[in-house]
Amino acid sequence: MRNPLSDKAVALKPSGIRKFFDIVNEMDDVISLSVGEPDFDTPWHIRDEGIYSLEKGRTFYTSNAGLKELKEEICKYLKRKQGVEYDPNNEVFVTVGGSEGIDAAMRAMLNPGDEVLIPQPSFVSYEPCAILAGGVPVIINLKEENEFRLTAKELEDAITDKTKILVLPFPNNPTGAIMEKKDLEEIAKVIIKHDIFVMSDEIYSELTYKEKHVSITEIEGMKERTVLINGFSKAYAMTGWRLGYACGSKEIIAQMLKIHQFAIMCAPTTSQYAAVEALRNGDEDVANMREAYNQRRRYLLYAFKEMGIKCFEPFGAFYVFPSIKEFGLTSEEFATRFLQEEKVAAVPGTAFGDSGEGYLRISYAYSLDNLKVAMARMADFVERLRKEK
Amino acid sequence: MREKILTIIEKNSRIDLKELAVILGVEEIDIVNELAALESEGIICGYHTLIDWEKTSIEKVTALIEVRVTPQRGQGFDTIAERIYKYPEVTSVYLISGGFDLLVTLEGKSLKEISGFVSDKLSTLDAVLSTATHFILKKYKDHGTILAKKYEDTREKVTP
Repeated sequence: MRNPLSDKAVALKPSGIRKFFDIVNEMDDVISLSVGEPDFDTPWHIRDEGIYSLEKGRTFYTSNAGLKELKEEICKYLKRKQGVEYDPNNEVFVTVGGSEGIDAAMRAMLNPGDEVLIPQPSFVSYEPCAILAGGVPVIINLKEENEFRLTAKELEDAITDKTKILVLPFPNNPTGAIMEKKDLEEIAKVIIKHDIFVMSDEIYSELTYKEKHVSITEIEGMKERTVLINGFSKAYAMTGWRLGYACGSKEIIAQMLKIHQFAIMCAPTTSQYAAVEALRNGDEDVANMREAYNQRRRYLLYAFKEMGIKCFEPFGAFYVFPSIKEFGLTSEEFATRFLQEEKVAAVPGTAFGDSGEGYLRISYAYSLDNLKVAMARMADFVERLRKEK
Repeated sequence: MREKILTIIEKNSRIDLKELAVILGVEEIDIVNELAALESEGIICGYHTLIDWEKTSIEKVTALIEVRVTPQRGQGFDTIAERIYKYPEVTSVYLISGGFDLLVTLEGKSLKEISGFVSDKLSTLDAVLSTATHFILKKYKDHGTILAKKYEDTREKVTP
């Protein structure tokens, strides 16, 4: 029999997270700090709207781009939150989670050999999606000394004649880093100078703990060269509903929509009705969840400080990214021993790129009680490691 | 900060003050002072424990009683409410809008004890026009806490 497989698919590296998942799953009584989704249930009024839509028999496809009322609500939301205006008729469409938007954006914009700048540590999908779309990923290694922000210099140094897209993953998973307005203004200059485009993944936009999130689309001249990816998963605790959206210029969105139309057809109808409710009446839920995350974030930073573990203060998403360099172990060794000896699972930083070496991603999408037990175990573990040295 | 402290201790009055200070990003002394102020202003009226008596061997019966009363000139409902809330077996008294006036919660050891209280003490008060007693059969949720089911984390253990 002939080889049934695509060389491109086979060549993709499996996600480092997957490997870790398999080990954790075999163990009992593990306290996990490894989850990239909220611990809250979707607020009841949003779930209720989904149930209601099913009761009313709204079980058919929607138009490819999504429900008209949802697209309108998304545009109103972006206007309200970021002051950026999109036309609901041709500058936005509803995707199956933020992930589909990432994939569709790369496919719609890349020609073979085009380079995609990917700052890392970052979410695991950018690199494979760029490769699958025929692009060439070029990694920018972010540094802790810059609080894992992307600097204009780092960007400038990575740009070549072939650079087409910069992926902008802020607020960032796994570091929790954010980009503030002044940071974005600096990199916008470089982007405009070199005439490249941005795919801004702002899925954690509602979860910032300093000032309100600033989108790159708010910076003069950037909206027209940016594809904005966002969704409902993190802000409204709706991961399982698989719903996101992409916004951008009419030209780019038309091509992305064509890909979406053939690959997906439309995002889940039930989820779309629930999302309308989320955008109309969900602000208070978001504020309450943000406050709860912020309390846990402060607790973890305090706990690390007490343990004498170095950790820059992250102001976004729901992760902290402490440095474990002092122990002389790789991230993977540290995570594996921590798991085996203390039964606490935290993802090695290297799962998010080589520059995650020496760090651990700790999620605080867990109750404070849970975090307290985990931190007590971490304190024991760290003390033991220090004695070993 | 006041609202945040109240929101947190309403759910968990036993929270460690140091911890409360950490999660709110303030100094412990500020928490101590604010709590003292809240207590002296009568905003914090007490610290209670939420107990699911069902799970113990102790018999407890709770009833909600709708009471219709004649308000008194110059005092409205306050005097009659006071007469009712002074009984120790009464755990709460609310003035209610709608079809009746006072909602009285009563705790007793048995149905008999509660019905005795209603017939002997409550309905014999001059101002009371009528009562309707509802016994609680099962508590699903109390003070914002779900009693019937335990929280279970059903998420995958590791996700990107």
